[in-house]
Amino acid sequence: MARAVTTQRKALNTTLAWIIGLLIFFPILWTILTSFKTEAEAIANPPVFLFFDWTLENYAVVQERSNYMRFLWNSVIIAGGSTILGVLIAVPAAWSMAFVPSRRTKDILLWMLSTKMLPAVGVLYPIYLLCIQLGVLDNRLALVVILMLINLPIIVWMLYTYFREIPGEILEAARMDGAGLKEEILYVLTPMAIPGIASTLLLNFILAWNEAFWTLNLTSVDAAPLTAFIASYSSPEGLFFAKLSAASTMAIAPILILGWFSQKQLVRGLTFGAVK
Amino acid sequence: MFSKTVLRATSAIAICAAGTTAFADSHATTITIATVNNGDMIRMQGYTDQFTEETGIAVEWVTLEENVLRQRVTTDITTNGGQFDIMTIGMYETPIWGANGWLVPLDGLSAEYNVDDLLPAMRDGLSHDGTLYAAPFYGESSMIMYRTDLMEAAGLEMPADPTWQFIREAAAAMDDPENDINGICLRGKPGWGEGGAFITVTGNSFGARWFDEEWNAQFDQPEWADALNFYVNLMNDYGPDGYENNGFNENLSLFQQGLCGMWIDATVAASFVTNPNDSEVADSVGFALAPNSEGVDRRSNWLWAWALAIPAGTQQADAALQFIEWATGTGYIELVAENEGWANVPPGARTSLYENPNYQEVPFAQMTLDSILAADPNNPTVDPVPYVGIQFAAIPEFAGIATEVSQEFASAYAGQQSVEEALANAQAITNEAMEAAGYR
Repeated sequence: MARAVTTQRKALNTTLAWIIGLLIFFPILWTILTSFKTEAEAIANPPVFLFFDWTLENYAVVQERSNYMRFLWNSVIIAGGSTILGVLIAVPAAWSMAFVPSRRTKDILLWMLSTKMLPAVGVLYPIYLLCIQLGVLDNRLALVVILMLINLPIIVWMLYTYFREIPGEILEAARMDGAGLKEEILYVLTPMAIPGIASTLLLNFILAWNEAFWTLNLTSVDAAPLTAFIASYSSPEGLFFAKLSAASTMAIAPILILGWFSQKQLVRGLTFGAVK
Repeated sequence: MFSKTVLRATSAIAICAAGTTAFADSHATTITIATVNNGDMIRMQGYTDQFTEETGIAVEWVTLEENVLRQRVTTDITTNGGQFDIMTIGMYETPIWGANGWLVPLDGLSAEYNVDDLLPAMRDGLSHDGTLYAAPFYGESSMIMYRTDLMEAAGLEMPADPTWQFIREAAAAMDDPENDINGICLRGKPGWGEGGAFITVTGNSFGARWFDEEWNAQFDQPEWADALNFYVNLMNDYGPDGYENNGFNENLSLFQQGLCGMWIDATVAASFVTNPNDSEVADSVGFALAPNSEGVDRRSNWLWAWALAIPAGTQQADAALQFIEWATGTGYIELVAENEGWANVPPGARTSLYENPNYQEVPFAQMTLDSILAADPNNPTVDPVPYVGIQFAAIPEFAGIATEVSQEFASAYAGQQSVEEALANAQAITNEAMEAAGYR
């Protein structure tokens, strides 16, 4: 009897999870479907779901009009660079906060997080002027540094949470065996925290990939990533939804594929420490 | 070991980030143009190679969404960032930026360019103190687009100079909820350039105005109450559901699918609704002048131009001017006409285009010209005003104020507050902002 209830509940939970999952995924699915429609079908009322004349014309037009590979390469460099640089800085910072806390550690953590509450547009002009002075407007390196700084609080917080789960005694034992600070972080802590570091890398890569304020405002030609690529297909006068959808699909495809292959690490990273 | 690894990784990132500018081309001069994703602009990008062949000047395009473009070019121009050599801006920005010295005056245009051929309304709107600061790529006004088949079925005939009262009568006759046909589709979406622009020109055609000559808000005057009540009643009775969320694109979509009897909007929409590839009603669209309220000597048509300007911080002013001459000259119009037909040339910028017999055959050409000529940015309202501009007041504060006011109006359209409350809020918002800005 009890077994039957459990099976029923399982089936209910699975159905519910599928419904919620499909609801969340629906806008992305709709974008992908629209990208294969003509402009007239894209705005048809009632909307057509699957039974339309599938066409690759929008992709051809987008490919012809824009240098997709240049935008993609910029996205990879900016998102990848800022994430790796951020983790390199955050690992020692999170180590010291997790294993050698001071009286002010909690305050510092909160202060770091509070910088995320500042609206980005509030510092647009100072950052823009700095970039002009340093000659790094429309420069990938500048965006790598800026996005790293923006995401650093999240990276430190995530790594701090993972490191807190690792018993301090293991590090103490390593020290007793003669390990120095470098060896302790590199050969003892890092291997144990690899799942946490991997999910931190992934999540921050996604955040940097999707960042659309600084990447739009500080770039024009050379450093413009995929966010600028999408923005170029939005029109105030004219219905180009199918082409916009094709551009959006091309922009999100790499990150969707990455997310698909790394979903286990992502879920683990997001739920780590949530259930004690 | 650890520090070496860190050093290597950091260096690799820096090298990748900074050193991969493998896209610079071999041309001696490259100009960067910021623009919007409108059909005519995209078409021009396709012909840029010809300009490069003729002049040796390479062109890089930065295409952005309209609001992003405004924020982006404003940041760049106010900080002298020098990111762009040409900017696509409108009639609102040009006189303000020209007055601030942020744009290069277009005094150096050649004799062949024939600056006197520009439509006077466009030239005036893109000048400050008689100096032209931006060259119009295409211009537009607003007009009525209506379904000739539905109008005929209703037993009505669109007059040459319709009034709002006739529009209401026609909307009632064409409205057919059973077949999902709305009598009329109009903009209601918040935003100074969306619903804000439409309700401003509607106000003009009821004798209302934004400010008196002392910059006092005029939303407490009966003309505004008449205009807003008329609009809300018309749309509630014969407009589509949720019209408070509809802007240009939403209404274009509705009209193209045959779900609107009438639509009053930008003249540039004419080429979309008459294009059989996109529009289900392409062969049954008629055009008429934007309406006015009976007895009011101003129509509800606006004036706008997308124009090319050179920011003062550019290092490539000469090359930029060469491009502007090419893109806004008569040669470009002929190039497009030759390859894509006269209906696809950028409209509303040059007098000679409307004198061309080939272009006169385009069904919406004459009405576009008549609408542009009927708009006077220097005298937009019945009573005198201290500003220039028809659907906007050319002062820096206007965009912010009008966006807030249009949000108040949209909440009245949605039934969240009464028309009287919306007008009272608009009055307070506007006076407060104008006082803070030092106008009052």
